[in-house]
Amino acid sequence: MIIAERKPMEEIRREIAPYKKILVAGCGTCVTVCWAGGEKEVGILASQLRLAGSSEGKEVVTLEATVERQCEKEMLAELRDKVEGVDAVLSLACGAGVQTMAGFFEDKPVFPAVNTTFIGMPEKEGLWVEMCGACGDCYLDRTGGVCPVVRCAKGLLNGPCGGTRKGGKCEINPDEDCAWVVIYRRLEKQGRLDLMREYCAPKNARAVKRPGRIHAAKA
Amino acid sequence: MAVPLREILRTKDFVVTAEAAPGKGSSVSKTVEHIELLKDKVDALNVTDNQSSVMRYPSVGICVLIKEHDGEPVLQVTCRDRNRLAIQADLLFAYSRGVDNVLCLTGDSVDVGDHKEAKQVFDLDSVQLIHLVHTLNSGKDMAGNELDGGTDFCVGTTATPSADPLEPQLIKVEKKLRAGVSFIQTQAVYDIDELKRFTEFVRKLDPNVKILAGVVPVIGAKMAAYMNENVPGISIPQHVIDELAQTPKGTGIAKGIEIAARMIRQTKEEKICDGVHIMFIGREERVPEILEAAGLL
Repeated sequence: MIIAERKPMEEIRREIAPYKKILVAGCGTCVTVCWAGGEKEVGILASQLRLAGSSEGKEVVTLEATVERQCEKEMLAELRDKVEGVDAVLSLACGAGVQTMAGFFEDKPVFPAVNTTFIGMPEKEGLWVEMCGACGDCYLDRTGGVCPVVRCAKGLLNGPCGGTRKGGKCEINPDEDCAWVVIYRRLEKQGRLDLMREYCAPKNARAVKRPGRIHAAKA
Repeated sequence: MAVPLREILRTKDFVVTAEAAPGKGSSVSKTVEHIELLKDKVDALNVTDNQSSVMRYPSVGICVLIKEHDGEPVLQVTCRDRNRLAIQADLLFAYSRGVDNVLCLTGDSVDVGDHKEAKQVFDLDSVQLIHLVHTLNSGKDMAGNELDGGTDFCVGTTATPSADPLEPQLIKVEKKLRAGVSFIQTQAVYDIDELKRFTEFVRKLDPNVKILAGVVPVIGAKMAAYMNENVPGISIPQHVIDELAQTPKGTGIAKGIEIAARMIRQTKEEKICDGVHIMFIGREERVPEILEAAGLL
């Protein structure tokens, strides 16, 4: 899923400073799961904005709404009335959601309240880790299901750099395992280390022509 | 005329290389001093490529300077700052100016440098970079186009004999050897047994590749402890740290030089590997003292 984290309060307040009536809009999918922009976070942010405003003698009026997926136009339609009644929208969705909202309500200023960070998964309570770089050319068949493109700090495809720390930790982050040590251990366990010995040619960095666009036929 | 490194590697029993680190700024006077001081005392001078991810004068620029001063340069190329177009273009430029030794490295992360918000490239990794150099050597570019004038680089790379765990590193070394290298300049080694094991591993796979052991003098027990803790791929044995700890104040550099020279002597006398690569970062002017103490001058 898509992971995001809330922007610093000062930055959010700067974005909406010229406006009085704000719709704080959450998204019920990825950002709800990663505690960044679901219904609960919408409620918290809205009251923080009102409080911060009143402490400075400035009235901030907030409306709250959370749709299941902000990245789908059809789901945004239900917000039409609320959006029409406000000066600006503060979206807690990922970048795709913010842009869908901004495109759907073109006359209304829409601002991001979160920074979208990566595609990942929850490793444990409160910890999300990056898993996929959406490179468009999946290598997981060669690496025991561990993605070196994003889990190696340098995205190396042929083995670890010379910087691996003692015990197989990453040069950049001593708390993280070196992705290539993880790959090595997994392939060794499966008796498939020959895969790691195979030369991996340079990646097609243009496997997805940006901006990405896929036409798919319904199954 | 400087003797080409590939010739030296073929003919000399014990090869000695050192570093000429580019400075930060457009002035090259300090680097030229180091070049003048070292070029006739060592077989080749490596030029680092934005070492430690700190922006500096370009490696290829200093390599050309070394040629102009009649020295033998080794162009260090990392994968961090350039994509495949830029790397190929720089290599063509280097070769056209007589710089024909290249050391292929991954490169440090930008996180350790002085431009921490820079975009890291790593379009290629070091194994792919070795393949790339051989592609240019065959007269073609990476896209398969014919070159109007190819290259004939002598290709080297690095390795970390002290890595923990070692096995994943050795698999990568194996891939580098298969890609084709004439020499390996290792990360700093302090443990002779480690070096022996690494050399045996490499020689089994490729008896022709020349191994130059990395030598970085340690000038104090605190520095040694710091390096053990913070410099990836480095492991300084306790007996070296103890020796440094017993050194009177103010004599740390001399002791570091003595220990480095002793290691070089042993490496040479016992024919553990084919030479050494001395990196005395920030103290290049004292490299001759190491060479002298090791009996290499």
